[in-house]
Amino acid sequence: MENKGNTKKQHSGPMGGGPRFGGVADKPKEFSKTLKRLIRYIGKYNKVIILVIVVLIFSTVLSTLSPKVLGKATTELGNNVIQKVAYSQMKGYLAAIPEQMKVAIPENATIQTLIDMKVIPQEAADKLPEMVKSVSLTVEPTINYDYIAKILLIILAMYFTSALFSYISTRSMAYIAQKVTYGLRKEIDEKLDRLPLKFFDKHTHGEILSRVTNDVDTVSSTLEQTIVQILQSVFTIIGILVMMISISLSMAGVAILIVPVSLIFITAIIKMSQKYFMRQQRVIGELNGHVEETYSGNLVIQAFNMQKEEINQFNSINGELYRCGWKSQFLSGLMMPIINGISNLGYVGICVLGAKLAIEGKMTIGNIQAFVQYTHQFTQPIGQTANMLNLVQGAVAAAERVFEILDETEEEPDKVDSIKIGNEAKTVTFDKVAFSYEKDQKLIENWSLEVNEGQTVAIVGPTGAGKTTIVNLLMRFYEISGGQIKINGVSTKDMSRNDLRTMFSMVLQDTWLFNGTIKENLRYGRQEATDEEIYEATKLAHAHHFIKALPGGYDFVLNEEASNISQGEKQLLTIARAIVANSPILILDEATSNVDTRTEELIQKAMNKLMEGRTSFVIAHRLSTIKNADVILYMEHGRIIERGTHDVLLKKDGAYAKLYNSQFSEDA
Amino acid sequence: MKKTFKYLKPFIPMIIIGVVLTFAQSMLSLNLPTLMSDIVNNGIVGQSIDEVLKYGSYMLYVTIGFMVCAIGATFIASKVSAGFANKLRNAVYSKVQKFSLSEYKKISTSSLITRTTNDVTQVQQLTLMSMRMMIQAPLMCIGGIIMALSMNKQLSLLFIVVIPLLLVAIVMLAKKILPLFTSLQKFTDRINQVIREKLTGVRVIRAFGSQAYEGKRYDKANKDIYDVSLKASYRMAILMPVVLFVINVSSVAVVWFGAHLIGDGAMQIGDMMAFMQYAIQVLFSILAVTMLFVMIPRAMVSVKRINEVLGTESSIEDKIELVPNEKFTNPGEIEFINATFQYLDGDEPVLSDMNFKIKKGETVAILGGTGSGKTSLLSLIMRFYDITSGTIKIGGVDIKEIPLEQLRDMMGYVPQKAMLFSGTIESNIKYGKQNATEEEMIRAAKISQSYDFISSLEEQFNAPVSQGGTNFSGGQKQRLSIARAIVKDPAIYLFDDSFSALDFQTDKKLRDALSENVKGATIVIVAQRVSTVLNADKILFIDEGKIIAQGTHKELYNSCEEYKEVVLSQITEEEAINGGK
Repeated sequence: MENKGNTKKQHSGPMGGGPRFGGVADKPKEFSKTLKRLIRYIGKYNKVIILVIVVLIFSTVLSTLSPKVLGKATTELGNNVIQKVAYSQMKGYLAAIPEQMKVAIPENATIQTLIDMKVIPQEAADKLPEMVKSVSLTVEPTINYDYIAKILLIILAMYFTSALFSYISTRSMAYIAQKVTYGLRKEIDEKLDRLPLKFFDKHTHGEILSRVTNDVDTVSSTLEQTIVQILQSVFTIIGILVMMISISLSMAGVAILIVPVSLIFITAIIKMSQKYFMRQQRVIGELNGHVEETYSGNLVIQAFNMQKEEINQFNSINGELYRCGWKSQFLSGLMMPIINGISNLGYVGICVLGAKLAIEGKMTIGNIQAFVQYTHQFTQPIGQTANMLNLVQGAVAAAERVFEILDETEEEPDKVDSIKIGNEAKTVTFDKVAFSYEKDQKLIENWSLEVNEGQTVAIVGPTGAGKTTIVNLLMRFYEISGGQIKINGVSTKDMSRNDLRTMFSMVLQDTWLFNGTIKENLRYGRQEATDEEIYEATKLAHAHHFIKALPGGYDFVLNEEASNISQGEKQLLTIARAIVANSPILILDEATSNVDTRTEELIQKAMNKLMEGRTSFVIAHRLSTIKNADVILYMEHGRIIERGTHDVLLKKDGAYAKLYNSQFSEDA
Repeated sequence: MKKTFKYLKPFIPMIIIGVVLTFAQSMLSLNLPTLMSDIVNNGIVGQSIDEVLKYGSYMLYVTIGFMVCAIGATFIASKVSAGFANKLRNAVYSKVQKFSLSEYKKISTSSLITRTTNDVTQVQQLTLMSMRMMIQAPLMCIGGIIMALSMNKQLSLLFIVVIPLLLVAIVMLAKKILPLFTSLQKFTDRINQVIREKLTGVRVIRAFGSQAYEGKRYDKANKDIYDVSLKASYRMAILMPVVLFVINVSSVAVVWFGAHLIGDGAMQIGDMMAFMQYAIQVLFSILAVTMLFVMIPRAMVSVKRINEVLGTESSIEDKIELVPNEKFTNPGEIEFINATFQYLDGDEPVLSDMNFKIKKGETVAILGGTGSGKTSLLSLIMRFYDITSGTIKIGGVDIKEIPLEQLRDMMGYVPQKAMLFSGTIESNIKYGKQNATEEEMIRAAKISQSYDFISSLEEQFNAPVSQGGTNFSGGQKQRLSIARAIVKDPAIYLFDDSFSALDFQTDKKLRDALSENVKGATIVIVAQRVSTVLNADKILFIDEGKIIAQGTHKELYNSCEEYKEVVLSQITEEEAINGGK
C-alpha cells in the first residue's frame, strides 16, 4: 500500500521539529507579484507604516549608540584607574630616589614635570600613556563619579526611550497585521458567497478550509512578527557597522569578516538540511496518512488479520522518518554553534587587536568594551534575517493561495430589473435545456419538460444519469448553457437568485443542520416564522414528539455535524424546516440508507404531507413515491428515456419496468 | 511517566555524553569573558603585548573547543530525540494495533491518531529542547553566577535584586498573556467551525437564501478573533522591551557600583567588564528557562496522553494455541446461546439473551431498526467485542477458545462503511488474501459486480485508490469491499448492510452471483431493504436487542405483525405475499 493518492498538504507540520532554521517553506509560484499585492494590503495603513519605520530607526539608533556611550563611562573609569596606578607607581619611584633630587621637585609637579626634569629616564617616559603625564604628584587621582553618573543617566534615558519606541513599533505592526487579517477573512467570506457552486464541488472542503484558516493565519503571524524584526535587523546591522567603523577601521574589518564567513556556512547548511527537511516533510505526510488510514480502517485490518503487516509497514516508514529526521535536525541544529563559534573567533580577534591598539594608546578601554558588545549584537541579526526570509517565503506562498480564491471567477451578477414571482409560482417549464459540467462533455441536451400546478414529478434512473443535475439547474446552482427554464412563464435568468430560490423548499439526502438550537434551525428558511407555525410544522413532520423528548426541547443545541441526534431525526428536522419555509415548489432528494424502517415510515408520511398541493420534484428511490407521481421520468446519461405514469410505463415493459421488477423476482 | 520514558533507556549512555559535552560547552564559553578580563587587566593596564597574545591564544583554543563540544552535543541531541521518538512511535502504534474496538471507542479514533503523530512529536520536541536548552540554560545561569562571584562577591549582590525583578516582570506578563492565547484558540476553533458549516451546507444556505444570516454569524466570529488577537498582540509587544530594559539597566548598575568598587580598590576594571557579560548571560539564561517552563506543561499533556495509550490493555483475551481442525465439529455453523452484550459504558444491554443457530451453507438475514443491535451482532461473531454473558460457538467451538487470527481467517467481513485503503484496486482486493492469483482476483471482481467498472478504467486493476477511496463512488467502494471479502473464499460471509449504496438491479445481480458462486458458505446479511432479505433461508427480526421472531419470510409475514408492518412500508401487499421463501 503506497500513498499514491495522498495529496494532503502539510501546513503545520509540527513533526519537523528542531530550530526553525533552514526549515522548508513552500515556494510561491510568483513571488514578486504576490508580494506586491500583499504590500498593497498593508499600504492602506501607510501612515502607521511610516510611524513604524521612523520609530524603529530611532530605536535602533539609540540602541546602537548605547554601548558606545556606556563605553565612555568605562573609559573614564579606566583612565582614572590607570592614573591612579601611575600615581602610586610614581610615589614609590620618588620614595626610592636620592633626597637632593626630591627637593628640586616643585610643589605642584606633575609626572610631566618629572619627565622634563629627567627624573624619569627617557625610555621609561616613552612607555607612559599620554593621559598619565598630567597626573599631579600631590593630589591622589580619584574616580570621576560625577562624570560617570552623568553618562549613566544619559544611557538610562536612552535605554528607556529605545524600549518605548520598540514597543510602539511592535504594537503598531500588530495593529496593521490584525486589521489586514480581519479584512482578508471578511473579503474571503464575501467572495465565497459570490462563487458558483462549481467551485465548491470541485474543491474539497479541507482544501478551501485550509486556505481560509491556516493560510490566513500564516500571513497574519508573519506580518506581525517578521516585518518589524527584519527592519530592525537591517537597521541594526547598518547602525552597528557605522559605529564599528567610527571606533576603529581595522577592528571593524575583523568584525565585518564575520559576515561573509557566516553567510557561507549558513547557506551551505541550509542547502544540506533542505534536502533532508524536504524528505522528512514527505515522510511525515506518508506516516500521518498511514496512521490515519489504518486507525480509521482498523475494523478491516482486524477482520483480515493484517495487524502484523501494517505494523511492519509503519515501522519502515517510521525508520525512514528517523533517518532523515535526525539528519535534518542535526544539520539545522549546527547553525547556532557554528555561527556562535565564528562570532567567538571574531570576538577573540577583536580582543587581541583591541588590546594591542590600546597598549599603543590608539584605543580606549571603553571602546573595546563597546566593540565586544557590538560583535555580540552583530551576529544575531544575521542569522535571524536568514531565518525570517524563509518565513516570508512561506507567508507569500500562503498569501498566493488565498489570492487564488479571491481571483476565482464569480457568478454572473443578478439582473438589476429582476422579476419577482414569490408565492404565485405554480408551473415549471424546461425548454430545450442544455448543460455540461465539462466543456467538451455534453451531459444534458434538448431537455424539455412541462410541469403543471400541483403536479409531482418523479425522476428515477441509475447513478450518474443526471437526476441531481436537473435540481442544480432548476435552483440555478449551475447555469444552463442553452434553452430556458421558466417558472410561471418567466425565465429563471430574469429573476434574482435569491428570489428564485425562496420559491423552493428543498429536502436533500445531505441533512445539513447548523450548530445552534433546534428552533433556530427550523426557522432557517423563514426567520419571521412564529412559534406556533414551528410547532405545527414539526407536528406535520412527526418531529414534535422526539424534539419534546430531548433535554431542553426546542432549545436543545445541535452540535457540530448535528451528531447528537440520529440520522432519521435529522431527516425529519429538514422536512420540518422545509414546511416552515412554506415555499410553493418542492424538491425532494430521498435518502435511502442509514435510516431504520420505522423512522423511514414517518419520513415517508411527512414527505407526503409536504407534497400536498405543491408542485414537486422528487428524485425517487422509494417505489411508493414513484407510484403516486403524476409523471415519472426515467433518465439515463442525461436523457429522458421514458416518461409517463407508473402504470403506463409498466405496460410499456421498458427500462423502468425492468428496474421496478428487478427487486421482487428471484430470477431477474 | 514511566511508560513513556522507559523508551529513553537505551539512550542513557548517549545522554550522559551529551550532558558532559553541553557542560563542557557552557564552561568553555563562560571562560571567554574571564580571559578577556585577563587581557584587559594584564595586557592593557599592565601594558604588555606578550600577555595579550598569551591570553588571546588561550581564547582561540577555548573557542575551538567550544565549537567541537557544541557540534557534538547537537549531534547527540538530534540522534537521541529522533531515536526516542522513533521507538515511542513504534510502541504506540503496535499497541494500538492490538486494541479491540472497545478501546478504539473508549479513546476515540481521532484522538488515537493525534496521540500517535502529534503528541509523539511534542515529546520529541521536548526531548530535543531539554537536551539543548534545559541542560544548557541552567548551567549557563549557575556557571555565570559562579564566575561573577569569582570576579567580585560584592557586585554579585546585584543579582539578588535583578533576578527577582526579571522573574516578576516575566511572570506578570505571562499571566496576562497566556489566558488570552487559550481564548484565542477557542475563537479560532469557532471561526473554523462557522466556515466548515458554510462549506458543507452551501447548497442549503443558497437554497434558503440565508447568506446574510450566515454572514452575520461569520462576522461575529471574525470580530471576536480580531479583538482577542489584537489584545494578545498588544500585551506580547510589551514583553520583549521590558525584559531588554531590565537587562540593560542591570548593565548600567554594574558600571555604577563597579566604579565605586574600583575606586575603593576592591575590583579591577577588566573584572568589571567580564562581570557585565556574565550578568547579561545569566539574565538571558533565566529568560530561556522561563520560556521552557511554558513549554513543559504543554508537552506534559502529550506525555500523559501517550501514557494512557501505552497503559491500556486490550479487553479481549487472545488464545495463542490454534484449535485443531478436528475440533470444529460443525464447520461453518454459528450458534448463540443466551448471549448478552453490553458496552462498557452502556446503561442497557445492546443485545440480550440471543438464541439462534445458523447452519453451514444457510443464508440468514437480520432485519431491524437502527440501534436494534444488528451491527453489534456481527461484531460479536467477528469477536471485535466480547459478550458479557452466554456463549457463542463457531463451528461448534466456543469463540473464546479460538485465537483471533484463526477465527477471523474463517470470516469474510464486509463492514457497513466501505473502507478502502490508498493503493491500487488490486492491492485493495488482494487485501483479503495477499497471495491471491490473478484469476481469483478477477473472479472476486466479477461476483461483486465490480469487474465492469474496473475494466472501464484506464489502468484497470492498477488504477490508484486514494486515501479512504474518495475517488470512487459509494456503490463502487461497496462492491470493492465485497470483492475483498470474496477473494478470501471464507467459510462464513458477514455483510453489514453492504448493499445499501447499490441500485436495485446491481443489488440483485450481486446476490444472485454470490449464491451461485459461494455454495456451501454460510452467509449472514444485515439489511434495511426488505427486498434484500426476502429470499433468505431464515430471517432474524430483531428490535431493541431482542429477537422478536425468526423464520422464513412467509412464516414471519403470516405470524408477526411488526414484521408485516415494516414489509408493507416498503413494498406492496401483492409483492409481499408473492415474494420470498
